[in-house]
Amino acid sequence: MPIISIKNLSKVYPSGLRALNNVNLDIESGEIFALLGPNGAGKTTLISIICGIATRSEGSVMVGGHDIDSDYRAARSLIGLVPQELHTDAFETVWATVSFSRGLFGKRKNPAHIEKVLRDLSLWDKKDSQIVTLSGGMKRRVMIAKALSHEPKILFLDEPTAGVDVELRKGMWDVVRELRASGVTIILTTHYIEEAEEMADRVGVIANGELILTEHKAALMQKLGKKQLTLHLQKPLDAIPAQLDAHHLELKADGRDLVYTYDTRGERTGITALMNDLNAAGIRFKDLNTSQSSLEEIFVSLVHREV
Amino acid sequence: MNIHAIKAIYKFEMSRTWRTLLQSIVSPVISTSLYFVVFGAAIGSRITEIEGVSYGTFIVPGLIMLSLLTQSIANASFGIYFPKFVGTIYEILSAPISPLEIVIGYVGAAATKSIILGLIILATAGLFVPLKIAHPFWMIGFLVLTAVTFSLFGFIIGVWADNFEKLQVIPLLIVTPLTFLGGSFYSINMLPPVWQTITLFNPVVYLVSGFRWSFSEIADVPVGVSFGMTLLFLALCLIAVLWIFKTGYRLKK
Repeated sequence: MPIISIKNLSKVYPSGLRALNNVNLDIESGEIFALLGPNGAGKTTLISIICGIATRSEGSVMVGGHDIDSDYRAARSLIGLVPQELHTDAFETVWATVSFSRGLFGKRKNPAHIEKVLRDLSLWDKKDSQIVTLSGGMKRRVMIAKALSHEPKILFLDEPTAGVDVELRKGMWDVVRELRASGVTIILTTHYIEEAEEMADRVGVIANGELILTEHKAALMQKLGKKQLTLHLQKPLDAIPAQLDAHHLELKADGRDLVYTYDTRGERTGITALMNDLNAAGIRFKDLNTSQSSLEEIFVSLVHREV
Repeated sequence: MNIHAIKAIYKFEMSRTWRTLLQSIVSPVISTSLYFVVFGAAIGSRITEIEGVSYGTFIVPGLIMLSLLTQSIANASFGIYFPKFVGTIYEILSAPISPLEIVIGYVGAAATKSIILGLIILATAGLFVPLKIAHPFWMIGFLVLTAVTFSLFGFIIGVWADNFEKLQVIPLLIVTPLTFLGGSFYSINMLPPVWQTITLFNPVVYLVSGFRWSFSEIADVPVGVSFGMTLLFLALCLIAVLWIFKTGYRLKK
């Protein structure tokens, strides 16, 4: 059974703006699911509805088998949310605000757990500091600590690494990996596509309030991924010989590179034929490399196609 | 019942009070003392007894009510407005808490603060004038009921307000004038007959009258009516709060 099951979910704001349109999505227990989409695509709205911050217009959402409306206590107890904006109680201490979150989610005090969370997020030595005195990156970690304070089974990370430096970002991903290893399901939205590429098991792409696709990351890359073979020539070419027209080659780097684009889905990639034809044409090369289109390129092409 | 959540909200709100002790407790006590100096000493010396009670003693219940109403509203409205303003409301909305529990936490803390304040003002008043409390049980009863009712009212204002001006406008333009015109500092029998009738539309009259009765058995309206009106206002506020949570008004997007 999926841990989150979204059926025919729509959200129409009073202004008439349709922020979500008939979204259907199942999220499996224990996976890292990355939700990608341009600004205003509906990512945050989707998360807000699941977490109880926004109302829905149509459809249903089940979390852990519990309806988010009729059985909201059971549903919400499972969820930890790290919102995109840094909303904090500036004058509270780190310890107090994280303990507050645990209480809010109906869990009795457990200083040992709070200590572990703060240590994991390198916040332990700041536990008695007022939040207002912390840096942006630390505040972000306080938000994560709050979300983890009540030992959630599902963690939502809405743009968790926006405005966070590279080192801290890596630290955060270590925490996320550890959480996943302990069985926590993680749903994240991000603009950093390399992050989704590195972290996620599955990717969902949302644009204009519609979920365009959900796919295992590897399958998506394979399905949509194009590979390019670049041949670095010994002697530059002025033009591509006519006998190579069938391969649709491109000439780059002032005629020194010959680029062949092929589809990994095909049974035959055509590389052997290309090599034979190059040999026949007397074109020699000193080096070659292949590259695969990144998730970012796939994403951009998908969203453009949709728009 | 999510007892831990109620405790967490209550504790959070109370800790805000201790953090802002000067603003929360000391300043109302100072302003009350000033009222005693100005009204009690300066004006009171020119007003003879009202229904057998010295003017200074007469105004004590009214003064407590004035602080109780304004502070209950201020505490509760700020308590819920501030999370909306800074955005931390997301956590309250996403937590497994029922509306009732949210209200108990916020309104409970706001009412606790104003009750403590009311008792401090009562003690302060004891330094200036002789005090007699004829019906301590009813005195505490009116104190608690009024604090809870106006904390609920403040909660509603805090939810409704979407800027700081709106947060202030009802307390300043409606509640304070109604309190001053509600017999806090005079018996409504001292007014011309027309104004006596008009005054009866002011809900604060019933609160002050009942409260004063519990001190000195002087009342502008029968105590049963005072009690009934207090309960009625409490019920109206409860209905409004229920509606807010049912519709998500100004809380949910």
